[in-house]
Amino acid sequence: MWTWNAARGKHDKDKMVTIFIENTPYNTREGKNLLHACLDLGFDIPYFCWHPALGSVGACRQCAVKQFRDDKDTKGKIIMSCMTPVKNGLRISIDDAEVSRFRASVIEWLMLNHPHDCPVCDEAGECHLQDMTVMTGHVYRKTLFSKRTYRNQYLGPFVNHEMNRCIQCYRCVRYYRDTAGGRDLNVFSAHDRVYFGRYKDGVLESEFSGNLVEICPTGVFTDATCKKYYTRPWDLQTAPSVCIHCSIGCNTLPGQRYGLLRRVRNRFNGEVNGYFLCDRGRYGYEFVNSPDRIRMPVLRRTGGNGSISTLASSEEVNAYFKDLFHFGTRAIGVGSPRASLESNFALRTLVGLESFYSGMSAADSRLISLITTILKNGPAPSPSLLDIAQADAVLVLGEDISNTGPRAALAVRQAVRQDAMKISDALDIPRWNDCAVKYAVRDAKSPLFIATPASTRLDDIALGTYRATPADIARFGFSIAHALHAKAPQAKGLSHDTHSLVNEIAKMLKEAEKPVILSGTGCRSEAVVQAAANIAWALNELGRHAGLCYVVPECNSLGLGLMGGGSIEEAFSEINSSDADTLIILERDLYGLYDKTTVDAFLKRIKHIIVLDCLPTETSSQAHLLLPAATFAEADGTFVNNEGRAQRFYKICAQSGEVRESWRWIIEMLRAAGNSDAFAMDSIDAINKKMAGDIPAFRTVADAAPAASFRINGMKIPRQPHRYSGRTSMHAHISVHEPKTIDDTGSPLAFSMEGYDGMPPPSLITRYWTPGWNSVQALDKYQSEVGGPLRGGNPGIRLFRSPEKGTSQYFRQVPEPAEGKPGEWLVIPLYHIFGSEQWSMISPSIAELAAKPYVALTGADMMRLNVADNDIVTVVCGGSSMNLPVHQIESLPQGVAGLPFGLPGMKWFDFLSWCRIVSPVKKEKRAGGHKKQ
Amino acid sequence: MIKEKPLTNNIRPGKPPLNVREYEMAGGYQGLRKAISSYEPEEITDLVVRSNLLGRGGGGFSAGRKWSLIPMGEKAPRTKYVIANTDEMEPGSFKDRYLIEGDPHQLVEGMIISGYAIQAEIGYIFLRKDYGRVAEKLQVAITEAYENHYLGRNIMGSGFNFKLSIHISAGRYICGEDTALLDALEGGRGIPRAKPPHTTTVGLWGKPTVVNNAETVCNIPHIVDKGVEWYRSLSHTDEGGTKIYGISGKVNRPGAWELPMGTTMREILEEHAGGMKQGFRFRGALPGGASSHFVTEEHLDTRMDFASMEKAGSRLGTGTIVLLDDSKCPVGMVLNLQQFFCRESCGWCTPCREGLPWIVRTLEAVEQGRGTREDIAMLQSHTSLLGTGNTFCALAPGAMFSLQSALSLFREDFEQHVDLERCPWKT
Repeated sequence: MWTWNAARGKHDKDKMVTIFIENTPYNTREGKNLLHACLDLGFDIPYFCWHPALGSVGACRQCAVKQFRDDKDTKGKIIMSCMTPVKNGLRISIDDAEVSRFRASVIEWLMLNHPHDCPVCDEAGECHLQDMTVMTGHVYRKTLFSKRTYRNQYLGPFVNHEMNRCIQCYRCVRYYRDTAGGRDLNVFSAHDRVYFGRYKDGVLESEFSGNLVEICPTGVFTDATCKKYYTRPWDLQTAPSVCIHCSIGCNTLPGQRYGLLRRVRNRFNGEVNGYFLCDRGRYGYEFVNSPDRIRMPVLRRTGGNGSISTLASSEEVNAYFKDLFHFGTRAIGVGSPRASLESNFALRTLVGLESFYSGMSAADSRLISLITTILKNGPAPSPSLLDIAQADAVLVLGEDISNTGPRAALAVRQAVRQDAMKISDALDIPRWNDCAVKYAVRDAKSPLFIATPASTRLDDIALGTYRATPADIARFGFSIAHALHAKAPQAKGLSHDTHSLVNEIAKMLKEAEKPVILSGTGCRSEAVVQAAANIAWALNELGRHAGLCYVVPECNSLGLGLMGGGSIEEAFSEINSSDADTLIILERDLYGLYDKTTVDAFLKRIKHIIVLDCLPTETSSQAHLLLPAATFAEADGTFVNNEGRAQRFYKICAQSGEVRESWRWIIEMLRAAGNSDAFAMDSIDAINKKMAGDIPAFRTVADAAPAASFRINGMKIPRQPHRYSGRTSMHAHISVHEPKTIDDTGSPLAFSMEGYDGMPPPSLITRYWTPGWNSVQALDKYQSEVGGPLRGGNPGIRLFRSPEKGTSQYFRQVPEPAEGKPGEWLVIPLYHIFGSEQWSMISPSIAELAAKPYVALTGADMMRLNVADNDIVTVVCGGSSMNLPVHQIESLPQGVAGLPFGLPGMKWFDFLSWCRIVSPVKKEKRAGGHKKQ
Repeated sequence: MIKEKPLTNNIRPGKPPLNVREYEMAGGYQGLRKAISSYEPEEITDLVVRSNLLGRGGGGFSAGRKWSLIPMGEKAPRTKYVIANTDEMEPGSFKDRYLIEGDPHQLVEGMIISGYAIQAEIGYIFLRKDYGRVAEKLQVAITEAYENHYLGRNIMGSGFNFKLSIHISAGRYICGEDTALLDALEGGRGIPRAKPPHTTTVGLWGKPTVVNNAETVCNIPHIVDKGVEWYRSLSHTDEGGTKIYGISGKVNRPGAWELPMGTTMREILEEHAGGMKQGFRFRGALPGGASSHFVTEEHLDTRMDFASMEKAGSRLGTGTIVLLDDSKCPVGMVLNLQQFFCRESCGWCTPCREGLPWIVRTLEAVEQGRGTREDIAMLQSHTSLLGTGNTFCALAPGAMFSLQSALSLFREDFEQHVDLERCPWKT
């Protein structure tokens, strides 16, 4: 069994031993640390510096217990349980009076300077320090001395800093530096003036900074976006959700109050995100609260004076549906890799498979169907993030994962520590002993190799990097596969240096037991995807258990790949050849997929355009009927992540106004059309059932989560905690009558405080709470082993497993070497964690950190064009042209123009095509002007 | 009885130390020559084990046993390191400075032999920040040693290579803790490391490392040169060799002397330091620097070696005695000591980081007449709460030795402060 925590090592190879706690024998595994063992056994021992994902360092001294030599020893000695390996016959007491006093003293020391500002602290109510204080029984202050104070820092739009609350557990710097690879947060000064912060005020550099909020056991680091609207953690209505901001599918726990989404927290999934999220996933949520949200249907009629938009009532919408569908219409549907399986499937049912288009460009569509085929049929399985974190060698081929699937980059950072674990094992240092491991292994890293068009934020831990155009990266990959297994085709004409690099990487992969090849659609190149598959398959031929992970563009790209449907280009051509007069566009902005002229022409041909979306887009402005679609926060549904895991998400907020899940609108259309399926598809469960029947790939999709009828002791799972306050008063300014609880017939969850208060099945966990544990650390109790999988297994269901033994039919089309074109540049996409994803850019905090449009060139190319950094040039590509400032990115290959992908304000460009760059004519420098000496 | 003083034989107070020629004339580098020509590395470790040379930094752990924990042979991890800990920041201690300033080549020779014994490639002398003069003299000696092929490649034709350099500390007491020292040497924050693993397996840069006190290292050439029997005969007790004892306080001749291990405090005080100054009465002493328990008159005849001092309820520590006389307030003295430890805490573990400042503020209150009986009880309870095992390293427990013993030996002084609401020594 794999786990996220550092606790597993060669010591705990399932050797069970007996330890005595308060003279009662218990069975546990040898070699794990005593604190971990006791927590696993259900004992409460307070702790601060220990964390399942960070290991032990023995700094806070909070987890002290008493150890006895034997059953005759009555005196015993105080030990730190987190630093003590479990041995057979170990005899301890947790309740011993002396050690209990000591633990209370630790809290007393921490409280000497802690400001006791719980009434105004965002952490209060889910504060680990509060819990531990209560647990130790420390109550009264004995000291009257004044408390120390610090100056707080501005750390950017994500994380708020309040140093006075700090209890110096060192978790923040250990997480930020050792786990996340950040460099700009550190501990400064010494003795009782230690300070955790940056060397000066400024935005935290790490894209995983938001996890500080959950790592910090008290209110030093809190969610700055949540702070904007005061709320208490126990007043949040929460439900299990899945991040929509990339394809990794991290599990989240968003919370809402007063109809506003207030924050997103990590929801533990042992195989996906573990304990951590990226900042796009954590802070991208604010688009849900956007004042621009489409909340009512809009009807647009075109008349003599142009178009008039009016808000439409549900009667009007129904009438529109009836007019359109009742008498039969030829409709085509454009689905979306951002929308749930259910919404897409409903649309597919409405228009029929032959008229259903997946909402992906032709290029994306080809890539996704290629990846789906490779993962389903090839012998290399797609690894979970946990598998990636356990890999002992990683090759990244063509994908800038830090920007396209950030959480996977964090998993890679764990993977490079595998070598360290081997060294510690050899030195007999338990893996959980973080302090000792760190000193023993120094900079030892498992091999990571990165082949991408430009530098990445993982380069600092990479053994080597290779920078080339997508075609050359593919050739590089094909050559590695060939070096591993001669039957795989070879790329001819590699330079001597590249060739030796290829051999080096092949050797590194061959020597690994569990190598992982990480690639994706980032290069927009099928050859790169194929090359990655060849490598994994070649390794498989050699008997290595190689994982093959592809990062795909959107949160449900793979789901759409499994569902089928043509590309958007095919929709364009169908409209030319068919009599279709109605177009239904599901949560998709076509202008982001293709150039404006083509999309304009396409939309012009259609009589009735129905757009379902949550926020206005260029496409929605063309709609004749615009329907308010629910965001993830107001919807139930299922996404399939990049490994093929179907995961259910639930409504956080009840729907307001006319906002509803897209599939509900489409069911209305089905009804209007008199389609009998409408009645067989009136709920998530019913849609899933039909989907499972219609599409073999979704045979098991309903197993992703319990059915809506699921009850425990006849009760639903409440979305509101039992400590929820203000239920009767929060609407008192409108009406003194308490509103009726909103009925949620579609899921086993309830918009209520009432219901089952125990531990729900893993995919229905709405919060972490057990008596005495109000903070996120209560998660310990939800896991079958602390740090391990959730009780009942990790949420979600793998829709496919690659066959254990498959014959590798290598891809044989090796691309030709990339050759430059004089006077032209190859357009490649550059990704930005903050900027390349549509909805997160509506969130002010993310938008604040986003890049602005630019074109990236190497210094040499800039010289050729005679331009300097930030000079404005005109990029002309196909039908698109745009004036952009030049950014020098030296890591790019020459002859390549990097354009930021998906940034608002960027026009659509056809990537991997050639562009011209026109530099402005520079004014002649005046003779004797401002020449620098 | 005339006893030999091998460690200080070459020291000529007021004059510059011996240069390499003079040191050789005085018998210097004979130990190294012998080590390299007549002994296998493991044999030297064995000599040191049998000499029962105990760590002079205060730990009292057998130097030879420490060396024997270093992995040897072909498969041993490389590079191995040997480090002389000369971060002498213990209040009241100045023995290492005296030894190195007076005879730097002795330390250099000791380092080379230590390096040879564990087959280390690199040696560092970790020097207290304020020891500028020591650094100068030591650097001259190291340069001379290189010039004369005692250091560098293929030392004296033996095939043994050894590099030695000085590292000057950034100036924190905790960097004298052997693992925090390694952190500091690596350029990081000086924070003690968790043990196990010990430095002998995972030390500097994660490699096997021996960290010895400078005085310990200075003994090595003599043990190799003159043998175990001779070395053990220097001592009054079972613990081998001589010891540099020192006294500071109101005595007639404060200073440091090389005396047989196990010399009594009375002999040091009365014979070597010339007794108490006129008008001052002995009240107590910290026998081993600031992190040792106060002893009183009844312990003056205890032998000052590790075993005997421990039996007497204190520690030999560094063997540099700090006296308390009747003209000084014991509460004030303890406060001064606690202020030092509080300031020098690294801030890693809770009891030390938070407990010591609380103790200091409470002691300040008591000293200034603002204290209560409850404060004394609080101080008392902290002496066990900050005890060994409760904290990450030995700093806070060491700080508690003086407080705990003062609370039991000078209890009435504490209570007087509370009752009079002022310090009785201040008018």
